[in-house]
Amino acid sequence: MELNKLTAHGLKHLLDKGDISNIDICNDVLEAIEKKDKALNAIVHFDKEKAIEKSKASKGLPIFIKDNICVKDELTTCSSKILSGFRPPYNATVIEKLLKKDFVLMGKTNMDEFAFGSSTESSCYGPTKNPWDLERIPGGSSGGSAACVAADEAIFALGSDTGGSIRQPAALCGVVGLKPTYGRVSRYGLIAFASSLDQIGTLTKDVEDAALLLKTISGHDAMDSTSVPVSTPDYSLKIKDSIKGLRIGVPQEYFGQGLDSDVKDSVLKAIDKIGQLGAKCEKVSLPHTEYAVAVYYIVATAEASSNLARFDGVQYGLRAKDVKSIEEMYKKTRALGFGDEAKRRIILGTFALSSGYYDAYYLRALRVRTLIKKDFDEAFAKFDAILTPTSPTPAFKIGEKTQDPLTMYLSDIFTISANLAGIPGVSIPCGFTKENLPVGLQILGKPFDEETILKVAYNYEQATEWHKKRPDL
Amino acid sequence: MAITKDTVRYVANLARVELSEKELEHFTGQLDRILEYVHKLKGLEVKELAPTSHVLDIKNVYRDDIIKESLPASEVIKNSPDREGDLFKVKNIIEA
Repeated sequence: MELNKLTAHGLKHLLDKGDISNIDICNDVLEAIEKKDKALNAIVHFDKEKAIEKSKASKGLPIFIKDNICVKDELTTCSSKILSGFRPPYNATVIEKLLKKDFVLMGKTNMDEFAFGSSTESSCYGPTKNPWDLERIPGGSSGGSAACVAADEAIFALGSDTGGSIRQPAALCGVVGLKPTYGRVSRYGLIAFASSLDQIGTLTKDVEDAALLLKTISGHDAMDSTSVPVSTPDYSLKIKDSIKGLRIGVPQEYFGQGLDSDVKDSVLKAIDKIGQLGAKCEKVSLPHTEYAVAVYYIVATAEASSNLARFDGVQYGLRAKDVKSIEEMYKKTRALGFGDEAKRRIILGTFALSSGYYDAYYLRALRVRTLIKKDFDEAFAKFDAILTPTSPTPAFKIGEKTQDPLTMYLSDIFTISANLAGIPGVSIPCGFTKENLPVGLQILGKPFDEETILKVAYNYEQATEWHKKRPDL
Repeated sequence: MAITKDTVRYVANLARVELSEKELEHFTGQLDRILEYVHKLKGLEVKELAPTSHVLDIKNVYRDDIIKESLPASEVIKNSPDREGDLFKVKNIIEA
């Protein structure tokens, strides 16, 4: 029995009955990794012997963690040379929560360097491949987490989402990717990219697993002052309720130019299906959608330039040698340690914050962010959820967009707004293109109303078979 | 031009990133295109709007002032590329 192919809730059932042990699961997962990960490059820090040892010492399910979440004494590098060799002296709060529930931390997954990217190509460990087509990217930045779940090398995984970094790779790999509300999950121990946007979330094989894992990692944490003291619902209970009468908005701005025709067809069919299941789908307008990418790449890079100031060769990671002064050490260390995209974003962000440009770029972007948030506030006064495509295109070819950063940035066009507004979003499989590449449907919800979007997702999933399709590798 | 080579050189220095001439050339072109795209924000009337730096409706967050155990210095410093005892070691900061 290939237990690596099952969902977490399926495995839990078998474990509870005593039909299998968690060592059996671990063994099947290890076998899948040995068979497939040479081709995929989804997992970057992994020690087989240690994984076996850990699963023998625990009763829980194996899980993979994106390489920007701190695990005590285990390599945590954000797929960047500048953090080479870094082993955090403490666990992120989400890791503590997983360990309390007996989860087995198997290893770390590949990502765009510091989560800067939409394709996992900016990793210092080389790109992860899409399990549906090895010549294509898996999406990003949580491309390793999405690919290992899609390829059944993992039961599920954690990722992080600053502008779509969970939802977009989930869509491109054909799995479920959930970005919770800003403030729902503690970010203590998540290496910061853009602090007003970052959120930890889940990559799973189905919606029920997303509900299970979200419950495990949610909750207020005094160590993160942006974590909000609200109660954590038992998501698994409510998601099975009917969606009859639910009011759903379909924003017209997400169906215009640049949307791949196969993606459009699949998403429109999915919206029809959700209508047939009893929800009332109507057009809505989010008029400032076209400004989201511009706002995001100012706000996110400004925050990143500040957050990444800490990587200076003093406290951890790489340090340039043969230097005459401390300033030369900083500059050379950062020149050697950061890849192209990280340098580009640090420079862009420093520029947007610098004297003489602050008002014209950073402050203006923050004011337009207010308009984007207002669009959602107004839409959610009338609707319970919003449906859109997750990504304008299916997975693109490796190397296709690396020479043109702006084109790469535009691949986040449908996911970025949710981070700017702080709302939750989930991407679920909703079809395939003619080239047999997965398509994702994005469901956006009100702040702290993950229950409703998971309910819509679950109802749709149960009425379709897309989530059961797996790549032949 | 939204940004010049001299500005990129100046900003890279502020950010303490050394760039080669080739990188400088390359980044200036790319950043110029990105900023041209960002200029679409200029078309909006935003003066009256409050900036959103943060979506949560919270201002100051306090925790109880309780003394707790911290990580030992040896743990905190163990990742340092160079150290002496429990101290980070770097080149002279103040000239002798």
